[in-house]
Amino acid sequence: MGGLAVRVDGLSFTYAGSPFPALREVSLKIERGEFIIITGPSGCGKSTLCRCLNGLIPHFYPGKMEGNVEVFGMNTRFYTPKHLARFVGLVFQNPENQLFSLSVEGDVAFGPENLGFPREETVKRVEEALSLMGLKEVRDRAPYELSGGQQQRAAIASILAMRPEMVVLDEPTSFLDPRSSLDIIEAISFLNRRLGITVVLVEHRLDIASRFADKIYILDEGRIVDEGPPHQVYGRRETLLLGVGVPRISLLFQLLRERGIPVKEIPLTVKEGAEKLEAFLVDRN
Amino acid sequence: MIEIEGLAFKYPNGVLALDDVNLKIGEGEFLALMGENGAGKTTLIKHFNGLLKPTAGVVRVDGLDTRHLSVASLSRKVGLVFQNPDHQFFCETVREEISFGLLNFGYPRHMIEKRVNQVLRMLDLERYSESSPFALSGGEKKRVALASVLAWNPKYLVLDEPTIGQDALQKERLRNFIIQLITQGKCVVVVSHDVEFVAECKPRVVVLSKGRIIADGPAHKILSSEEVVGRGSLIMPQIAELMKLLKKHGFPAEVIDVYTACMEIQKRMSRGP
Repeated sequence: MGGLAVRVDGLSFTYAGSPFPALREVSLKIERGEFIIITGPSGCGKSTLCRCLNGLIPHFYPGKMEGNVEVFGMNTRFYTPKHLARFVGLVFQNPENQLFSLSVEGDVAFGPENLGFPREETVKRVEEALSLMGLKEVRDRAPYELSGGQQQRAAIASILAMRPEMVVLDEPTSFLDPRSSLDIIEAISFLNRRLGITVVLVEHRLDIASRFADKIYILDEGRIVDEGPPHQVYGRRETLLLGVGVPRISLLFQLLRERGIPVKEIPLTVKEGAEKLEAFLVDRN
Repeated sequence: MIEIEGLAFKYPNGVLALDDVNLKIGEGEFLALMGENGAGKTTLIKHFNGLLKPTAGVVRVDGLDTRHLSVASLSRKVGLVFQNPDHQFFCETVREEISFGLLNFGYPRHMIEKRVNQVLRMLDLERYSESSPFALSGGEKKRVALASVLAWNPKYLVLDEPTIGQDALQKERLRNFIIQLITQGKCVVVVSHDVEFVAECKPRVVVLSKGRIIADGPAHKILSSEEVVGRGSLIMPQIAELMKLLKKHGFPAEVIDVYTACMEIQKRMSRGP
């Protein structure tokens, strides 16, 4: 399905009591089905932008908002987070803050029950979400008994049960060990490719996620300062100077380029990088 | 020195979180604790300042058995910065938050003021000194939590996941900062899932799994070992993985950081046919 998932127009926001705006004249468009990464130095406004995408701003955070945010054609000024929850699911850093039931199943059922779906529909959605996230075997366990990775899967499943068109994830792997982080990012990419769910991922650690992204936005002091496909953005010197944690493999190629080695495209994965280097080394010898 | 001998810890619900842990951490040492979620990393560091007392075995800080010491007295030596800063804050401004420990330890006013300004500067927090700590971004909160512990200058500094929410420049600053502390003879222990950060810092790495130490050694050996990385639920730093793929071109297997890799590649490129 074509069309726009998100249209942000001249958005500025200042939290009540804060001396400076968290977002300044941000404009962007996200197509349906895209996988977007938003990154930038800490305090740049990433989390604030997330809160604007499901209506938490302006409905729950007091402050001054200018400009407009439209999500699937709905202006967030006029639609509440409850209404938007059917379209946009938000996943936070720490799954502990998102899970509160005594069983995984209970947590996953909470959304559809709360939206007032009939029992059969809720059951259907819970089954679907549990199986998508590979949680069927632990459905009766309490969330706190699960590993960190399973907890984050449960948090994502509880969002999926509302069958959103888009998921917004705010550093979803920060609290996870490296292996589980990789699993979660792969699971998110699966939702994007197989189900066409639009993904907006806010991340500092770009080493794992970059290869899945269509486009990356860089925010600095509340403004969008760069955007484009990751291999282009990572090839620019300014990106590094801003403090964007580009994947080490991309950084390596940028350093090689600066030292006069003719690197055409910056790789995003180790495999790509190894192939490029092989080609160079074979040329030489 | 922190000495841990035969440490076991069982939570009241019966879960054995640590099992026969033996570890010595010396002055001027930089150590990273890694391992899967639930491996026992946080449980272990809570023994350093007496928040938890061993079920079996012994933990000594500078020769003193932690079983006989209060958290308050151990805290002067061992500063713990927790993963979630919200659990640590309770003051109305960043300045008060950072002053709190010093006030509690009874330092005179003018010294506190000086010291607080110093750490605010060190951690790039000056502009937030009068803000509420709760109003800051995740990354900024982490720095306030670190500042509030650094303020009283503990000999052992223990940081639980310090890089969460920090951008690359902040991480670089944190790394330099840790190195500076080490050269002053302090001891820094970092609990981290951030493989790339650890690869850049190159500390001694201890890997925990299911409450036991499964590996202990320098970062370039631990993080380039497929076996340890697999058992510890880690992933290999991208550079180490690259070096493995290019092994047949004679690249050294234990390179884990981007700058050394860059030099190695240049060496081979400039050799010419």
